[in-house]
Order: sequence, then structure tokens, then C-alpha cells
Amino acid sequence: MTNEELQIKFKERFPDFAESCIIDKGHIVAEIPLEHMELTLTTLKDDSEFDFKMYMDFTVVDWMERKPRFDLVYHLYSVEKNHRIRIKVGITESQSAPTMSGLWPVADWHEREMFDLYGVKFSGHPNLKRILLYDSFKGHPLRKDYPVTKRQPRIESTFPTRDSQYQEKDLKIHRGD
Amino acid sequence: MEIKEQVRFDPYVPPKLGDNIVDSIVGWGRKYSIFMYPFVTACCGMEYMSVASSHYDIDRFGAGLPRFSPRMADVLMVVGTVNHKLAPILKRIYDQMCEPKWVISFGACASVGGPYDNYAVLQGIDRIIPVDIYIPGCPPRPEAVLDGLMKLHKKIQNQKHELF
Repeated sequence: MTNEELQIKFKERFPDFAESCIIDKGHIVAEIPLEHMELTLTTLKDDSEFDFKMYMDFTVVDWMERKPRFDLVYHLYSVEKNHRIRIKVGITESQSAPTMSGLWPVADWHEREMFDLYGVKFSGHPNLKRILLYDSFKGHPLRKDYPVTKRQPRIESTFPTRDSQYQEKDLKIHRGD
Repeated sequence: MEIKEQVRFDPYVPPKLGDNIVDSIVGWGRKYSIFMYPFVTACCGMEYMSVASSHYDIDRFGAGLPRFSPRMADVLMVVGTVNHKLAPILKRIYDQMCEPKWVISFGACASVGGPYDNYAVLQGIDRIIPVDIYIPGCPPRPEAVLDGLMKLHKKIQNQKHELF
């Protein structure tokens, strides 16, 4: 199915989000509010017209000043029909998104990674804990407000470290003082 | 002249008058029978394989047998990026090795963190364990590795050896 056909189908099926469904650089993008996300993604997977059986990627974008702060970005692909879609869902820091690990089992680890690096919470997730970083790590390093030069070593260094010498100077450069 | 050749244990560093002959002999023995523990974590490992296999052949320098247990190894070769999550494991492996032991830091990442100056990567393994030889490069050429190995030979030859 071509992008245009898919766009028309999407708008027919979800008239509430029709304005947000655009073709950007040859790729269909649709923005969906958080409360409709679970139902929409379930429909996109199970409906034979869309048939998005493959969960290609899941990422989060941190917009810092914007409200809501984060964007969840789902990339879906249909192997049968050879078409793709990108779904964006805005979410604030205090909200938690419904987990997609029941629909696509691979979402389990993707969501753990995003929880690890961005601190986005997922309700109903079977095992929501850090996947890449160690458990004693404080904070979420890919958030825009995580300091660039902050280090959290697990072993105390026996040598004077570069971090302590450079940290103040680097922060000044980062802040633009 | 012939007698002089016989007591010369190392062609690069001949024993001088006043050298401890025991240190000289033990150093000669130890430097040509290096058992390495390759702690390979990243892409530098490909270059290590290149050095170890027949074209460059690390065995010419007496370091041809990697031991995959730190308790059997003399030289810990840290090849590739070490991040904070891995640091306690590296420290533990170093502590498991028996004396005498040496450490080679292979490549830019192991030496100073390389291009990764971020929250995850340890900025050089010398923050947690002592290092004898640093081999620069990203990744280093096999010739650079052999040069580093020869420098380690020189160090082992010239250092004091505790026998008992």
C-alpha cells in the first residue's frame, strides 16, 4: 500500500486524529493523545487493513521546555503489505504510558531502555527496571537536564581525575558564561 | 668475544657491570614467556586478532599463548572500551592474577576513554588499576602493538624480580 492510500485509510478509520496525520519526507506521521494510544495501536496491529505486525523501533524525544515534555515515537511496519507508519504520543513527566509488551513482546526491552535513559514510566510492564546502566546510577542520562560532565563511577579512583578539574570549566562552556 | 656473547641474555639490553645477574636471568626468562589474558570488549579486538594470528604473529615475541583464566596469566591486556558498569569486573580480574603481573592498555579507549567522554565510559583504566604500557591508536596498528610489547620486554628485563 502506498503512503497516500494508507493516509486515506488512516483518516477514515481514525477521524479524530485526521488533522495530525501527515506525510513528512516520504513517511506517514500521526500524533495521538495518550489516552487513545493503547486502543489505536491495538487496532493498527490487529486490523487486517493496516496489519502492523512488526514493531520496528521505539524511541523517546525530550523537548525540555515543551508541554508535554516527552514524545514517545513508535515505528511500525507491515511485512505483508510493505508499509510503515510513525506514531507520536506526547507525555509529561508525571504520567505513565500503557505498556505495549502485551501486543509486541519485543516492546518489553525497548520500554526498559527508555525507562533507563529517559525515566518515562510504563504502567503494566512486567519487569520495569534498568536494562543498560547499573542499579546504583542516579538520574536518567539522556534527559536534557542531566549535566554533560556528570560522572558516577562505581569504584573510587585512586588518581586525581580529569572530571574534578574540568567539571566547573566545562559547565561554564555548556552554559555559555 | 665468544664468552661475552654467551652471558648476553638479551640482544637489546646486555647486562652491564654491577647488574644483578639473577634479575637479569629471571627477567630474560619471564619476558619471553608471557601468558596474556586478553580482556577484549570492543573493536580493538579485531586488531588484537590480527596481531595474534600468523601475519604479524605475536608468538615471535613469546606471547603467543592467551590464557582465558586470570589465574594463569602474567599480562592483562585490556583491549577496548571499559565503562563504569564493567569497571568492578576488570578490577576483580586484576586482583585475581598472581604476581608478577603487568598491564597493557590497548588503544585510545582503554588508555583515556577515547572519543567517549560521557556518562557511561571510564576515562582510562589507570583510574582503577596500575598500567605499565599504553598503546595509542584507534585502533592501534599491529606494528604499534608489537612496539608496545617490545617496550614491555625492556621493562621486564630491567626491573627487579622478587623470587621468594
